[in-house]
Amino acid sequence: MSTPVDAMVGAGSGEPAAAVPSPRRRRFSRGVREAGLGYLLLLPAFLIFSVFIFYPFFRNFYLGFFSTPPFPGQPKNYVGLDQYKDVLTSSEFLDSLKVTVIFAVITVPVGIALGILLAVLAHQKLKGVGIYRAFFSSTVATSIAVASVIFGTLLSPQVGLLQGIQTEPSILQNPDPIINISLPVIRSFIPSVALTAVAVTTIWQNLGLSFILMSAGLQAVPDELQEAAEIDGAGPWTRFWNVTLPLLSPTIFFAFVVGSIFAFQTFGQIDLLTPRGGPLKTTNVLTYYIYDQLQFSKNDGKAAVLAIALFGVTLLLTLIQFQFLERRVSYER
Amino acid sequence: MRSLNANSGRQVAATRCSATVGRPFARSGSDPLGGVPILTADQQGRADEEIVGRVAIRGVSKRFGDVTALDDFTLEVADEEFLVLLGPSGCGKSTALRIIAGLEEPTEGTIEIGDRQVNDVEAKDRDVAMVFQSYALYPHMTVRRNVEFPLKTRRVPTAERNRLVQEAASILGLEDLLERKPAQLSGGQRQRVALARAIVRRPQAFLMDEPLSNLDAKLRVQTRAELVELRRRLRATIVYVTHDQVEAMTMGDRIAILDHGVLQQVGASQDVYARPANLFVARFIGNPPMNTVTGDVTRAGGGIGVQIPGSVVELPGALGAAVQSRSLKRVVLGVRPEDLTLDDGGPIKATVSVIESLGHERHVICRLEDGQLLIVRQAANVSPPAEESEIRLAADAARLHVFDAESEERVNA
Repeated sequence: MSTPVDAMVGAGSGEPAAAVPSPRRRRFSRGVREAGLGYLLLLPAFLIFSVFIFYPFFRNFYLGFFSTPPFPGQPKNYVGLDQYKDVLTSSEFLDSLKVTVIFAVITVPVGIALGILLAVLAHQKLKGVGIYRAFFSSTVATSIAVASVIFGTLLSPQVGLLQGIQTEPSILQNPDPIINISLPVIRSFIPSVALTAVAVTTIWQNLGLSFILMSAGLQAVPDELQEAAEIDGAGPWTRFWNVTLPLLSPTIFFAFVVGSIFAFQTFGQIDLLTPRGGPLKTTNVLTYYIYDQLQFSKNDGKAAVLAIALFGVTLLLTLIQFQFLERRVSYER
Repeated sequence: MRSLNANSGRQVAATRCSATVGRPFARSGSDPLGGVPILTADQQGRADEEIVGRVAIRGVSKRFGDVTALDDFTLEVADEEFLVLLGPSGCGKSTALRIIAGLEEPTEGTIEIGDRQVNDVEAKDRDVAMVFQSYALYPHMTVRRNVEFPLKTRRVPTAERNRLVQEAASILGLEDLLERKPAQLSGGQRQRVALARAIVRRPQAFLMDEPLSNLDAKLRVQTRAELVELRRRLRATIVYVTHDQVEAMTMGDRIAILDHGVLQQVGASQDVYARPANLFVARFIGNPPMNTVTGDVTRAGGGIGVQIPGSVVELPGALGAAVQSRSLKRVVLGVRPEDLTLDDGGPIKATVSVIESLGHERHVICRLEDGQLLIVRQAANVSPPAEESEIRLAADAARLHVFDAESEERVNA
């Protein structure tokens, strides 16, 4: 392989090329060598992902082709996509999906809105505001188990602070819709009292993170922009809508996408506050449904199908968010 | 005509809901606004006495904890005046501007804009516009939306708004950039957008906080000229903060020099240059700076002189008398580089240290006996002395500055 340098030396100097010490010949070009190194460095991560993510994913997909026999020890039946069809069209799955979506629709926007509210409140040059910041972000240091115990105790019909307003059945066992609407179509989309209680717990637990994210976003909005808007005649409300919120939009979008993914994967507080899918399965979110199929029904084929469904729904939702929400985000700085 | 329109500006400030905005750009001759403000006979009657666009700061102090940013600062900016607040960084000039704008509250003192005291008026209702050093353009809005924002917040009707935006854009040459976002503009263009946003609603006063300092040197010279032109066109009251004395000297009707939160001197640029009120101003204004040498007062040739290292400089009669009448023992002698000449018969002995040639002129940097440096400004067509040669210097006696070494105040009348 002759390099351009060789050619120049050979042609221009008039001397035999051999007289000039030629550069060490390499088998591959610089670009190929760099790419090779890149792939080599990626390899460990790829291996870890393969073992813990890719293989289980495809194995899970494959598992969904087999129906689990009613009694342990019997051979599994290959049923192909039939099991997918059956499970995904079952009313049990659709109900669970509905509960999951309702749960996300409550927790994500409310969590973000409260996070913004607290962040704006704490973004003042006041004495002692640091104490409030510490309070507002404290739930980050609280595990979901602790949050569940706190709210479980608060809502307990025996010892809870809210026992005065407890009805029969008690809050966490109440499958009635939180708002009593007689129209059956709308009624089926109103969350149960129990689901609302779990959602409130979740919002409280996520509030710290939401507050920190929004505070960080606010820090990135230059004070001068707020001042310019003030001099331009904008009151606090106009400034918030026209300056703060647009500049916070990348943070809000991030919180929305990540928050939605987290909401679809909620498990801990559901299991701790409303075991076995809650009253009349009104808190039976998808992750809990999967767990239930695996743990209690021992139906790993069905659980595998549900897991794939959860993946598909989450992916779809994220794509939709990027498609429709990201347009409203302004990244300019 | 002039004060008539001016009154309409004040009128808007007083009645926020009014759709008319500020005063027209040109107050005489052709009216580019097509006669926007319509005044009642009563308003016209009062208009003649109005003092508009005036900004007065009286006894303003600002303390941040233990730090005093402004100390008993009093200054009056006349209507249509271009006043420059000049000083080194941290001298309090930006604080003063922010207090006028309403972004900071003074610890003490009062602020007046137009004919009302505005201490308790919020920034958004003070009817001033501000141009920030960083321009502070709204990054998510197009140029058009940036410029019309101050009109929108004041609920100016759409048709009126479009016309005003178009007019401001044409004045600043932004017509082709209206649909772009700030990120797609150069520094100079952003600066013009910031100016357009300021002028679009014709406020009572413009506040400018180092608006040129983010531009490169060439663009700064160009924009400086454009600003002066714009100012002539707007005939507006401008308070302009800078640390750049060239900007201050070339643009301002008057310069107010601040140091450590204390007003040092206010005056026309030539005044401040020729008659600095104290040593700080003397050293701060002028480039290269004024030569200052401290020395004891002594008798010399029947008059009063100052003993500086290696020489005695005789003071002219009146100046000597002034020094004597204050019975000063020690003074600081100041002389600008252009007032020092190489003169074999001169009283000051020095050694040439370095010669800096700038093309159009030359700076001869000399050392006194004790190592203090003196700078002599020389025309390029005069032959330079040799480096390290012993020379003698003469100072123009009429342009000597004498300061009390203790109080640092000017002694000359």
